[in-house]
Amino acid sequence: MAEKFQITIDGREIEASPEQTILEVARENGIYIPTLCYYKGTTNVGACRVCVVDVENARSLVAACAMPVSPEMVVTTDSDRIREARKLVVELLWASGDHNCLTCEKNGNCELQDLIYYLGIEQPRFTIEPPGYPKEDTNSMIQRDLNKCILCGRCVRACNEIQVNEVLDFSGRGSRSKVGPAFDMDYFSSDCVFCGECADACPVGAITFKQARFAGRPWELEKVRTTCPYCGVGCQIDLNIHKGKIIKVTGNRNYGNPNLGSLCVKGRFGIDFIDDPDRLTTPLIRKNGKLTEASWEEAIGLITEKLTSIKGEHGPDSIAGFSSARCTNEENYLFQKFMRGVIGTNNVDHCARL
Amino acid sequence: MTNSIEEIEFTDVILATGTNTTENHPMIGARVKRAVRQHGAKLIVIDPREIGLVKYANIWLRQKPGTDVAVLNGLMNIIIGENLYAKEYVDTRTEQFDALKEVVAKYTPEYVEEISGVPAEDLKRAARMYAEADKAAILYAMGITQHWTGTDNVKSCANLAMLCGNIGIAGGGVNPLRGQNNVQGACDMGALPNVFPAYQQVANDDARTRFEKAWNVSLSGTPGLTVTEMPDAVLEGTIKALYIMGENPMMSDPDTTHLEKALKKLDFLVCQDIFLNETGELADVVLPSACFAEKDGTYTNTERRVQRVRKAVDAPGSAKPDWQIISELATKMGYPMNYDSAEEIMNEIRTLTPSYAGVTYSRIEEEGLQWPCPTEDHPGTQYLHKDQFTRGRGLFHAVEYIPPAELPDEEYPFILSTGRVLYQYHTGTMSRRAKGLVERFPESLVEINPDDARKLGINEGATIEVTSRRGKVAAKAKITKSPPQGTIFMNFHFSEVAVNKLTNPALDPIGKIPEYKVCAVKVEAA
Repeated sequence: MAEKFQITIDGREIEASPEQTILEVARENGIYIPTLCYYKGTTNVGACRVCVVDVENARSLVAACAMPVSPEMVVTTDSDRIREARKLVVELLWASGDHNCLTCEKNGNCELQDLIYYLGIEQPRFTIEPPGYPKEDTNSMIQRDLNKCILCGRCVRACNEIQVNEVLDFSGRGSRSKVGPAFDMDYFSSDCVFCGECADACPVGAITFKQARFAGRPWELEKVRTTCPYCGVGCQIDLNIHKGKIIKVTGNRNYGNPNLGSLCVKGRFGIDFIDDPDRLTTPLIRKNGKLTEASWEEAIGLITEKLTSIKGEHGPDSIAGFSSARCTNEENYLFQKFMRGVIGTNNVDHCARL
Repeated sequence: MTNSIEEIEFTDVILATGTNTTENHPMIGARVKRAVRQHGAKLIVIDPREIGLVKYANIWLRQKPGTDVAVLNGLMNIIIGENLYAKEYVDTRTEQFDALKEVVAKYTPEYVEEISGVPAEDLKRAARMYAEADKAAILYAMGITQHWTGTDNVKSCANLAMLCGNIGIAGGGVNPLRGQNNVQGACDMGALPNVFPAYQQVANDDARTRFEKAWNVSLSGTPGLTVTEMPDAVLEGTIKALYIMGENPMMSDPDTTHLEKALKKLDFLVCQDIFLNETGELADVVLPSACFAEKDGTYTNTERRVQRVRKAVDAPGSAKPDWQIISELATKMGYPMNYDSAEEIMNEIRTLTPSYAGVTYSRIEEEGLQWPCPTEDHPGTQYLHKDQFTRGRGLFHAVEYIPPAELPDEEYPFILSTGRVLYQYHTGTMSRRAKGLVERFPESLVEINPDDARKLGINEGATIEVTSRRGKVAAKAKITKSPPQGTIFMNFHFSEVAVNKLTNPALDPIGKIPEYKVCAVKVEAA
């Protein structure tokens, strides 16, 4: 690693490495610089310019997210000049879209909303002219409203650089620029695999989770971290809960390995089964050929009686058990302990081979 | 996995064989794709199907289904012949190299081409690419294991990795990608007929004594039957009762007509599950379980990482976590199990499972630990076999190629391979209840090559009948270049198209895994 050096940010002497950007050094040291298009782990594009800072002897304000630090650099992150520049950018973004927080799913969790508040903008000085795109409502998983898109490109980079699905890109020019799959296709008809990375990356309400629409506001949600129940990767997920119901699954980039906050379509959209009306809610016992509702006491009693008599008559090896690759370690341990220790047989296996 | 998921992204060469990673392990798929696109890794795909990873591959070897040992031996033939193998590693860390050398000698690129259809020149390029890398990772999944030569296939992967010094280094390894959330943990916990937790043999007296003392019972030293051996044992009358927790063998096991006969013959069948699935329909008693979001516990992922499962919502009705049900049943049967929490069970596991001894709930609160983790101050193990193998020296197994158990003939001219698709999962109990997943993949499809479809007069979406010696199913055609000519691919997610009525229950003699990747079928327009 190349040698570290000193730079100055807002009058503070700070140690920095040559491969770092101004933004990275600032964040590492708890100095706030607002961003919109910056997305950790993807290319720094310097597109939105809300992270502009003043660098001594630079020709103009520079984008902190894209500017590498250099020795003796002197940076100011907040001044009237900087605020004015940021305000202009944010007002233009506001005016070019349909940023109506009343019904927006991102209200309370929107980076544009936060920035408008931070900069204290009452009204944009430009006429509000949303592009008037139809909302994309082709599937039950991801909803797109490009009228709220600020063209930060985070979804494009999330799709190409994080998931490497290579589905999203920019098309069109100027005020008709938009993000989406090739040939302006909707997600459902395109090669999109519905990993939802774009929705997690979107800083505004342009790409959101359809099933969570009107299901709970961000500040009402409780998040419980757990492990995805599908494949063997063991992705760390957040179950978002509102009034005792799971309304969506989100990734969390702070959780690190194994999935670094990314998810696939099954982990993200595959958990409806939890509230399915077909869930078993009570024990069932076959009576006159039909499975009939029974109490736990009755069911456990019957199993005890049957297993005990079969064991007595035919020996422990006449009983077998299938444990499960879907259950927890604790449950698998107990199951084999039960089969070996209580029944007395090694006839215990599970579906690893299937 | 001998190594870790993270390492895949930063290795030099990835050899992916028998793994449709982007569909079955999408977040490992993303690592592979990032390695290729962003970090300059090279990718070799060995697979009969044109899977999603082929688009990112430098070399794609399209072998005939079931010819894996020949292809892997061919790679080793070239690597040894061209002196590209890791001589010092082979000398100091392995044994039986001469036996391997002798067997692979006859697997010349030309001979392998004859068996597998892989062009000799491509095989050479792949061999050089893998052998010349400083570090190279082999990834595999059920495409390697679900053959009656599954164990041979795995041994061949291990041979190749050892030959090039790729075991015991970061970014290397032989890495099975496990298909179910806790299949690693279920094995680690001894939910297998021959071993206690941490793979301690039931037949080993010391191990058995340890468990007898801890559990205060006397234990049998005779290994039990595997899932795949169970149906015959029932039909022969040796097994009378079956207790199934969280499985749906009526959908997942081979030759289900045979299995159904067995399940119906049982004196007593208990199913403990979150839904009344196809197997539960046959049960005498069904017990309702809490699902993953309704209980605490741990799963162990494919890279041996023990991670927390946390209760987020309440279970419906009177459904209970599986560990509570088993505790209550054991207690009723006269063996008290009084656990107040899953954590308490883990603390017992830790005393009997040396590789988990250091895994406490408080340590894995933020980030999971990878076993072996023998003590509470051990950081966990990122990759295995660092300075030596478990047995000391790595053992080469000289393996000969054996063709699949059932090959196409005049009556059954096609090969059927089964597996999963991105939008569905296993027997569909969970994924078929998800609105979005069903939208994307509402019904079973038979993937068939365009040339075959043309010859048989089958159009996209037309219903096809697929018949094997064991059964018949019908599903719509999806015409795609993914399967090679002469091979069709079907999933096993849909009970309406129960593809395991067709599959061949020919088992690997050691792994007892059925040959799901190759059986002979007849394909007709319905």
